[in-house]
Amino acid sequence: MSAVQADARADGREAGAPARPRVAVFKLSSCDGCQLQLLDAEEALLELAGAVDIVLFREARGRSEPGPYDLAIVEGSISTPRQLEEIKEIRASARFLIAVGACALSGGIQALRNAVEYGDTVARVYPTPAYVRALATSTPVSDHVRVDLELPGCPVDRGQLLGALAALLGGHLPRRSTAPVCAECKRRGYVCVVVARGEPCLGPVTNTGCGAICPGMGRGCYGCFGPSQPPNVAALVRRFEELGDAPERARDRFRLITSSAPAFRDGLAASAGEPGRTEVTP
Amino acid sequence: MRFLDREGLGSLLARLVAEGYELIGPTVRDGTIVLDRIEAVDDLPAGVGEVEGPGTYRLVRRDDRRVFGFAHGPDAGKRFLFPSSEVLGTIGRRNGHLTAPPAEAGAEGRRAFVGLRPCDLHAIEVQDRVFRGGPEPDAAYAARRDGAFVIGVNCTAPGGTCFCDSMGTGPVCTVGFDVALTELDHGFLATAGTARGGDLLEEAGSREATPGEAAEGHRLLANARVHMGRSLDTSDLPGLLYRNRRHPRWADVAERCLACGNCTSVCPTCFCHDVVDDVDLAGETATRVREWASCFSVEFSHTAGMEVRTSREARYRQWLTHKFASWIDQFGTSGCVGCGRCITWCPVGIDVTEEVAAIRADDGAVALEVGA
Amino acid sequence: MNVVAPDLHRERAEAVPMRIAVVRRIVQETPDTATYWMNLRRRADRLAYSFAPGQFNMVYVFGAGEVPISISSDPARPTCLAHTVRATGRVTNLFPSLSLGDEIGVRGPFGRPWPMREAAGGDLVIVAGGLGFAPVRPALYAAMRNRAHYRRVIIMVGARGPQHMLFARRLGTWTHTLRARGVEPHLTVDIADDAWPYGHGVVTTLFDPAHLDPRMTTAFVCGPEIMMRFAVHELLERGMGTHRIYVSMERNMQCAARMCGHCQLGPAFVCADGPVFRYDEVAELLEEEEL
Repeated sequence: MSAVQADARADGREAGAPARPRVAVFKLSSCDGCQLQLLDAEEALLELAGAVDIVLFREARGRSEPGPYDLAIVEGSISTPRQLEEIKEIRASARFLIAVGACALSGGIQALRNAVEYGDTVARVYPTPAYVRALATSTPVSDHVRVDLELPGCPVDRGQLLGALAALLGGHLPRRSTAPVCAECKRRGYVCVVVARGEPCLGPVTNTGCGAICPGMGRGCYGCFGPSQPPNVAALVRRFEELGDAPERARDRFRLITSSAPAFRDGLAASAGEPGRTEVTP
Repeated sequence: MRFLDREGLGSLLARLVAEGYELIGPTVRDGTIVLDRIEAVDDLPAGVGEVEGPGTYRLVRRDDRRVFGFAHGPDAGKRFLFPSSEVLGTIGRRNGHLTAPPAEAGAEGRRAFVGLRPCDLHAIEVQDRVFRGGPEPDAAYAARRDGAFVIGVNCTAPGGTCFCDSMGTGPVCTVGFDVALTELDHGFLATAGTARGGDLLEEAGSREATPGEAAEGHRLLANARVHMGRSLDTSDLPGLLYRNRRHPRWADVAERCLACGNCTSVCPTCFCHDVVDDVDLAGETATRVREWASCFSVEFSHTAGMEVRTSREARYRQWLTHKFASWIDQFGTSGCVGCGRCITWCPVGIDVTEEVAAIRADDGAVALEVGA
Repeated sequence: MNVVAPDLHRERAEAVPMRIAVVRRIVQETPDTATYWMNLRRRADRLAYSFAPGQFNMVYVFGAGEVPISISSDPARPTCLAHTVRATGRVTNLFPSLSLGDEIGVRGPFGRPWPMREAAGGDLVIVAGGLGFAPVRPALYAAMRNRAHYRRVIIMVGARGPQHMLFARRLGTWTHTLRARGVEPHLTVDIADDAWPYGHGVVTTLFDPAHLDPRMTTAFVCGPEIMMRFAVHELLERGMGTHRIYVSMERNMQCAARMCGHCQLGPAFVCADGPVFRYDEVAELLEEEEL
């Protein structure tokens, strides 16, 4: 896994100034929140700037250098015809590609449209639908090109992103845990909102990495880090219903930031086939 | 047997603080009784009770001012003696050369635990066997353990998920305490478990308990046994679980289990952990961190490029069988102390006593192969 | 919100010290596997270090972590340590980028070794499949050094193809040397062309030609679990007792001191109770899936 440092042995062992890896930060359909995690990293950003050359980062600097890049960090989903081309160009220009955030990993909140009739929705939302040039679906980067590493989150966790970059600069893939948010709640001593308050929470089926921010503030996790290890969606839907959710409300909790993540989508579909259920996923 | 009034307990705690102990005791936070740093007896949850059931925990107001009128929240001594995240040391790299300095044992403050339950005391003894009974004793754990002063409290209000009576660990403190208390309406019956505890009880102004007070204590504890929320038939548990590795109940529980690992986190004896590296951007320092891990995670069994226990069924079976059976082979004691936390803090309320009973009820049943 | 986290990131001492080793020689064994020869950097460490056949080290690669790796070199020469590593995971994938002079961390040795003494006085049969040759190679070295302790010494090695055979790039010379030192080598691969002069098929096809004597044989079996299961069944069918067969198990490990919990195989901690087990100790466990 030496892609990020192959051109530039980054540990400074060789005499002379080793070339630093060239890093580019791209944005597709997204809110910029993931990039801001980098931009707001303050002293860590300076440290990063010492370890790599950030040669394209439109949110941060005016001047952009052309590829090839050692590392491309891509935020956002593929949501327009132009982005279909753009992501291929990015892939072609980058030796190592990291997709960051819920949009890039599962299509983001804008992928809610994947489950409805696109034309109708555009017509309902925009006064002049003809001006809208978008695809009928919002899809993850990995649907279109090979992705070398995915980091979840809405936004991506800064510590996790910097940790991943540090690992890659060291020549190896970062360790990615499949543990759910619950593991983080318990490590930090947060009280379980499901058990102590009867509050529905997606923590048991959601990837850790956020630091359990929401349960730490006394509210349920809404799954922005996407599905953890093969999640038992059906069992959690049942639990939400026991806690008072109407059946469709219980299922809608999985249809938000990471609604198109296959494990959630398929888990809901499978749970819809359970005995005693008649309604189907739209 | 001694008697200590409420002021006496206050003065006992004050003495511990004066000696440099940090007090860790039950206190109310976020609708729950947690173990946290406390300053004095006033921080204890006076007049607070709780209702515990599978997957549910609620505080209730008691009609008295007892400060230990509940069973327990999610925390036990484990959080403090085996912290959820702990730096093992750092490895440096300069010009291609590694340095692995032996980490200096950090200056550990001494802690006084106030109000640990009999199950919690047994759990500490169980973890002692793991962390200081093996081939490479954990020096930092041992230092934290040796620095601890423990005030145990006998249970007069066991919770709805408690089954310590079945496991032989409660409701009365029998091991691992310096002082053990039984709370009465007007104060505490107190027993010293160590000379140090005895001295402190004297200094705190305790007196000999009256026969009436002692009788009241006995009545409360006998009553606690009767009101234990759950029970578990422990006869030949290892044999039962070992011979039922293919029991259909494992698939049944896997349908309900979220594999979230909350049971392992709140379990006061679960000791499994990961050691992870945290490397800086300059690539010069790697910090080795030990973190709580759970056998419910898929990656837990990752071996040579693949996972050994991929199904939830296998992971649940591993946990339950370890807890009640293989733990005994490994450490000469059950891994379960009957605290019931795994039942209360399971988000979907899976009840180990029920799962074991279901296996026992159909001992020898074998799951049919799919498609057979 | 007030959080109980007084203990996060508390400093403490590690139980077993990590020694630094320097990579001195790298031998590519197969397309994805290489043997890394190394010395401990400090003289005092070199003098203090010894291991028994079948034991393993926790090998640390900077920033990535530790993995348990069997020692594949001669126990009589513990200053020259070899680890044979297949790149299959996050940490082992870093090994191919190691260069001569690079430093890694080593904690160990750990684990229960092959019972060389148990086998003495009779025949020693070593059965290895694929990468499983690495943990038994020290046993082969030891048996050759103490050749007089055994009646026959037989080594059977199976691999997917000739290019996956470990330690044997010049097979002709190697088998010749083994024979000269009183060891009977039997080799087979699953798939090979006609140029391959040894056996074809799985490792159990070697049992008949070897003419084992079940009454006085001790077998060390090491390879993928499925291969070990077949090899053991074959040995049992030939009349060997379960207590004369030894296998080496593999599990995730993070501490190698019975504490991290990852290496459990039923009641056993593979790190300390194993990796070598007498077959009757684990027979029942090997029959279960996902244990």
